[in-house]
Amino acid sequence: MSGHRGWQQAWRSPEPKASYDVVIVGGGGHGLATAYYLAKNHGVRKVAVVEKNWIGGGNSGRNTAVVRSNYLRDASIRFFDKSLKLYEGLSRELNYNIMLSQRSEVDVLLTTTSMRNMRRRALNMNRLGIEFQMLSAAQVRQRIPILAPLDQCRLPILGGSVQERAGIARHDAIVWGFARGADAYGVDIIQNAEVTAIRRGSDGGVSGVETTRGTIATEKIAIATGNENAAVARMVDLRLPLRCFNLQAFVSEPIKPVLDVVVNCPDLGVYLSHSDKGELVIGGATDAQQISYRKGGKVHMLEDTVAGLLELFPSFRRLKLMRQWGGALEFAQDGSPIVSSTPVKGIYVSAGWWGGFKAIPAGGLTFAHLIAKNEPHPLAVDYDLSRFSTLNYVLEGGTTVPTD
Amino acid sequence: MLLVPCPWCGERAETEFRCAGPVKPPRREFVDKDDDAWLEFLYQADNRRGVVEEFWCHEKGCGEWFKLHRNTETHQFVIGNQAL
Repeated sequence: MSGHRGWQQAWRSPEPKASYDVVIVGGGGHGLATAYYLAKNHGVRKVAVVEKNWIGGGNSGRNTAVVRSNYLRDASIRFFDKSLKLYEGLSRELNYNIMLSQRSEVDVLLTTTSMRNMRRRALNMNRLGIEFQMLSAAQVRQRIPILAPLDQCRLPILGGSVQERAGIARHDAIVWGFARGADAYGVDIIQNAEVTAIRRGSDGGVSGVETTRGTIATEKIAIATGNENAAVARMVDLRLPLRCFNLQAFVSEPIKPVLDVVVNCPDLGVYLSHSDKGELVIGGATDAQQISYRKGGKVHMLEDTVAGLLELFPSFRRLKLMRQWGGALEFAQDGSPIVSSTPVKGIYVSAGWWGGFKAIPAGGLTFAHLIAKNEPHPLAVDYDLSRFSTLNYVLEGGTTVPTD
Repeated sequence: MLLVPCPWCGERAETEFRCAGPVKPPRREFVDKDDDAWLEFLYQADNRRGVVEEFWCHEKGCGEWFKLHRNTETHQFVIGNQAL
């Protein structure tokens, strides 16, 4: 064995060139996937990805790594299922093991409201030819044997639903795989370069971008920063209907295998999976009242999530929580993402990606299409900014805590 | 948990309050036919890092509405120039 010596460099660290055809702001999953598909599908290879810190150091590295496509609205189902399909082929596509584990996601349902909600999803998804099924209470218990015994339940388990193709993937591998793939096509990944201003030509269109590593000339800027999209857009006096809220997740001490599916319980506002390392990875609801950019969580939100967790799994009562993380998630006004050109010529934006990890491949695919062709990808037509002036909302609620 | 400085009750736990988001410009007049102004009113929130002014309601306390300044990066409330 080589003792982990002799690893090859996976991508270059070039100095920024004087000009590029496209500058992507933000080196997270979405930015890097966009660069990859720009180069691969559209032959646009004079591309720079500028990242103010290190790639994948934002929300791409701070999520719960769940991938699924069980949504309610046609636009979301089609988009996220394309994303899941791309995930299914991504290890081969990138020649990089993304450790995709399609262990299925089981929704444990405790109220008739949730049962109806998921039944409605199932009908809509099946109509579009995508697998999603309802489960009886007995089937739910069969799949998740450690659920609370019947006499310990506050609310009885009425049934459930399952998407067999859902699962988890390795979040860093997605970032690194797309980075290496884009780099191989000649994309320059420029880390530690923060965008400080955007230059505009005499026609009002974009002419360049100023960064902490120098000025770069370009006529197309693609904003994909995760949480800072509104701030970058303000540099060209563009206001986006976005707000940032806090979400947190936490991890238990490692235990022997007890849970081989992703569990989601919309009625209790908790979801979890059992990682390969043995830790339970647990997430809860968003604190969707106060605008927040703080890294970290809040104790009362953690309490709510843990209370829900223990209601489903009383046997986890003595588990210690090892670590916890939290930070900002960006929401558009109607809860669905924005993949759109803007009133400023040369500015494109991919924003509002709360729950954006599962969307990385399709987000990159559709954003690249938009940037290269100046027209929306068929899967992202409904994510155009114009929907807010035509009041043509997507209205997709969450899955952990449905709002539809 | 935050301690929210209610002007009437003093500092109380965050869970007693409702935060209704950043203060917006006043609602447009119904006769106002300027679409852009209406869209601005409907969608634009002050989504910035740093101190924003927000509406709060002490829902499970005195029931009063009031405005507070809060830093969105630290969650600290700011009164005058003084961080609480």
